[in-house]
Order: sequence, then C-alpha cells, then structure tokens
Amino acid sequence: MSGDFINLLADLKEEEVLKLTKERLDAKEDPLKILDDAREGMSIVGKRFAGGEYFLPELVFSGELLAQVTNLVKPHLTGEGVQQKKIGKVIIATVAGDIHDIGLNIVDFMLDVNGFEVTNMGVDVPVEKIVKAVKEIKAPVLGLSGFLTPAFDAMKETVEALEKEGLRKGLKIMIGGGQMDDEVCKYAKADAYGKDAMAAVALTKKWYGVE
Amino acid sequence: MEKQWSEMTWQERREERFKKWLTPAAPISPAMEKLYKERLTRMIKAIKMEIPDRVPMHLAANSFVAYNNGHTLYDVLYDYSLIKPDWIKFLEDYEQDSADAPGFFAARVYELLDYKVNAWPGHGLPKTSTMHNFVEKEYMQADEYDLFMKDPFDFGLRKFTPRTWGAFAPLANIPSLSSYSGLPERLMMMCQDPNFKKLFKAIMEASDENVKYQKVMMECAQESLKRGFPPLMGGVMLAPFDTVADMLRGTSGVVKDMFRQPEKLLESLEIIADNSIKSTVGMVNMARSPIVFVPMHKGADSFMSVPQFEKFYWPTFRKLILGVVNEGCVPMMIIDGSYNEARLKIISELPKSCVIWTMEKTDMALSKKILGNSACIAGNVTAAMLYTQTPEKIKEYAKWLIETCAPGGGYILALGSGIDKCDPKNLHAVVEAGLEYGYYK
Repeated sequence: MSGDFINLLADLKEEEVLKLTKERLDAKEDPLKILDDAREGMSIVGKRFAGGEYFLPELVFSGELLAQVTNLVKPHLTGEGVQQKKIGKVIIATVAGDIHDIGLNIVDFMLDVNGFEVTNMGVDVPVEKIVKAVKEIKAPVLGLSGFLTPAFDAMKETVEALEKEGLRKGLKIMIGGGQMDDEVCKYAKADAYGKDAMAAVALTKKWYGVE
Repeated sequence: MEKQWSEMTWQERREERFKKWLTPAAPISPAMEKLYKERLTRMIKAIKMEIPDRVPMHLAANSFVAYNNGHTLYDVLYDYSLIKPDWIKFLEDYEQDSADAPGFFAARVYELLDYKVNAWPGHGLPKTSTMHNFVEKEYMQADEYDLFMKDPFDFGLRKFTPRTWGAFAPLANIPSLSSYSGLPERLMMMCQDPNFKKLFKAIMEASDENVKYQKVMMECAQESLKRGFPPLMGGVMLAPFDTVADMLRGTSGVVKDMFRQPEKLLESLEIIADNSIKSTVGMVNMARSPIVFVPMHKGADSFMSVPQFEKFYWPTFRKLILGVVNEGCVPMMIIDGSYNEARLKIISELPKSCVIWTMEKTDMALSKKILGNSACIAGNVTAAMLYTQTPEKIKEYAKWLIETCAPGGGYILALGSGIDKCDPKNLHAVVEAGLEYGYYK
C-alpha cells in the first residue's frame, strides 16, 4: 500500500492518492507513516523536477496534493510524536516591495519535505522584520525571494542590515525568483543564487552538510 | 481602382497601416518630420527583415523615467505636474527610434474605484517601491469556465469586474443583463438603488481624475512627437493562456485546471483567442501604430515543459497572432524569462517577418540562429545587467548583441524588460553602443 501511495503521489494521481489516503486511515494505519510516505512521494517529484521531467505545474500541483493529504491525516494525529526530527531551521521571505509568493511557497514545502523546519515570513517583508527573525529564530540559512527588479535593492538592504547587526557571520543567504541571477547575488552580497526550488533544497543541504 | 481591404493580403494591409504610421498624428516641423520618418523607416525595415541604415533602438523605461529626473514612482503617481518634465528629460537624454508616453498608470483613478489587481507605492506597497506589483488571485473560480464560455460579457460584468474593482461590487448582485428585452427598466431599477448611486458617483469622480491623467499623457505623447519620435504601441494583447493564468485563474488555479479539467481550459483558450483578435484589431484601428504589445509570461522555460507549451500555450496563441497579422497588425512579443531551443523552433514556424520577438533572458545568439530567417528579434540588455554592471561592460555587451544579431537585418537593440532604477550611465552605454556600432556598412 505504502509503495503504491508513494508512486501515485509522485505521478500526481489525485483521485487515487486521496482514495488511498482515506483507505489507509480507515485501516487505522499510523498517520505518521502516511505523512512520511507523502514526503517520500514529494521527494520523487523534486527529483523529477531537477531532472527536467517535471516543471512548475507539476510542482505546484504536487503541493496541492500534499496539502490535501495532510488535511485528511491531521485529525488522526494524536499529538504524540507529531514533530518528526528536523535537520535544521531555514527562514524564507519575499523582500520588501514584492508580493509574489508562488515560488516562495514551493520552496517552503520542498524544504519541508526534505526535512527542514521552515519559517515562511510571507511577502513584502520589511528589512527590520527579517533582521528580527534571524536574531530570534537563529536559523543559519536565509532564503530571500523576489520576482521583480525592485527586489535587487531590497535584498541588498536586507543583507547590509544583517551585516550591521553583526548577524551575517555564520549565516548563509540564498536568493531566487524571476529577475534574479548570479550578478544580482553578487550585487546583493548574498552567498548563492538558486534557479528554482530544488536548487534551494540543494543549497540548504550543502550548507547543513547533509546528503 | 484601389484594392479593397477584404481583397488585400496581410502584407498589403500591413503596408496600409505602415503608411498611416509614417504620417505623424499632428503637424510637426519639417526637420522633425524628416527625423520621424528616418527613425520609423529604420523600425519598419527591421520588422520586415530588410537592412536599415542603422540598428533601431527601443528603450522601454517604465518608472526609470521618474528616477532619471530625481523623482520616485510614488512622486509621479500622486503629482501629475512632475510627469511632463521627467518625460522631456528622458526624451532628451536618450536617443532612440520610437517613444510613446511614460509607462505609468493612473493610481488615483485606481484608488477611487478600489482596483484590486495592482499594488503600488503607497497602496499595498511601501512608498519607496519602484514598481507596481500585480495581485494574482483566482478572480474566476474553477467551476466558472462554463459561465465564462457561454457568456463572456455576463461573466465580465457580474463576476470579474466586481471582484477586481471594489467600487463595482454592486454589479455582483444584479440579474443578468444579457436579455433582449427589459433592459431600460432594469437600468432604471439600478439607478434607484443607493449602492448604485454610490457607484455612479465613484465612476464620475474617477472619470474626472482620469481626464486629468490622460491630459498629461497626451501632452507627453505630443512632446515625443515634437521631437520626431514615432509612437510604437498601437495596442496590447495577451496570449490566451496568459489571459487565464494571469487574469482569471492565477498560476495556482490554472495549474490545477491543467490536471483536473484540461478540456475546459483548452476550450476557453479558443474563445479567448477569437475574442482577442477582434478587440486587438479594434484597438489598432484607432491607433497610429500597428504594433501590438504582447507581454508573455507563463509559457517560458521555467514555467512549463515543451509538451505543455505545445498543448496549452502555443496553438491558441498562434491563432491569435495570425488573426491580428492577417489584419495588418504587427505583434511585438516580449518573452519574459527565457525560451530554449525547442521553444524557439516552435515559434519560428510563423510566416516570415510578421512579428517581433523581444527577448528578456533568452540566449540571443541562439535566437538569431533559430529565428534569423523567421522574424525580427529584439533585446536583451537585462534589468539585472543595468542594475549591477558598469557602463563599459554594458557597452561591450550591447556591441556583442549588435555583432551577433544585426547581420542581415531583423534586429532591434532593446532592453530585456522595463526598468525602474539603474545608473543612467548604464542606459547611456546602450545608446552609445547603438550609435557607434549599429550602422550597416
């Protein structure tokens, strides 16, 4: 059942995935096992995306399927052992002046299914808020997203504010989104540019030293 | 006897429109008229893939026009008196071969009518923001395709408009107006409703404001003309898939539809294509220029696979392009993001020289290789480059663009997208390269 489920999710078979989720819940299977399987299915989606077989529509739709599975499973979680062990923390945000969230949310769930604890600060996040979050959450990885050109300066200002607060050392910053590239990464004084959500996962894994 | 429009080929119709374009919309000095014609001839030759005297240049600058004169986007949106001086400075600072009016928008009008689809500095964005943002939502629900297809007017009136313009919310509560009888009575009933009285008042106020805004824009267009700049944009249209993915269903919505109800999506794309042909040609008929501006979004490499492009994006877009080309219009596409070889090959299969492809990040050498015998290409000094590079680097890149794309004709030196802020020296470097290296020997 588990193997079918994983493959059906990876193949984006919505009806079958949801039907099987309900059957597994009815059969009193461990809900955490179902969520683990969902993560495994999602990681296949991620691989297919990185391999050029899947594109943005598949990624977005897989996120939709994952949300539906999670919603079905949630009421069955007892509270014990709900928190599976996470590799580490990551903060992500779309910078000030930019309200695009599609890429941001894909990065969110892709980091999540790959074992990271993600703080998604949403869109149009002012510099001070990001600085405060880095200070309080103490995540060693920060992802800045932006779709349009005004994000170039907003990213730069964010990085500079972190420097000024003495928070830059030991913090890895990645940027991504529509107009971003390696040049903008240099301009904003970030550590890396990731061209898509799977690049964000790869960078985070690299910085955490995990495979 | 002269040939009738209905008997003309698309090339003949386009020639008719070119003739109109070559005549300035208002009388200008002989010297400027000469310059106007020189510039426009350059553009037209590039479009027709003939060899002009020099590579034409087009700088779509957007809010840069304000920053270039020490203002912000917020400043010009809320103080119209700044717009004309900013525009004149822009026209005088940068040589190019066409110029319309500034690419700002009527923020106060949007405010009066509570337009929900844009956020801009001071309205949903910090005042320091240099560009507006599009607010993407599911303005059409997943189960409304049938409604949309059966009666696009009714859908627009009672669903789309009240959802996207707050002031028009009362329209959501009226019965359909798509009936042949009883319309006067129903309109009277509407006028008696206090909610509609409020709406009519808002429309009147917004119209008065819009008149003020348009007056400034007209004056700017006059300033362009007075300096011998031909207008470029005659109309605007979107690829049918982008119409759904940007305006109606949003990216998340359209993606779900691609998996859950692809037939409905495809069927509605056909209807949108047919309707867009009519509305676009209508727009161009009223304009001086036959150029139709087509910003392209969600068919790019980073959005969909090539098979998805071939299924969802290209067929109805191709139909729309050919529909307006057949009426003598010239679609000028701006491809956001980049197109790989497979996509370029697909779009190269249009009748020769009927469109312009402006590239944002697409490899220009590859574009020339694949589209070189198909259509005029334009681009692609990117916003990232203008922001982060030195004038020397920019000039060098623009020189490379000219050397790579100009041979044989069919190239316009242009930016990859509109820009907000950059060091003005960087934009000057683009123009310098065009003037220095752009002449055909």
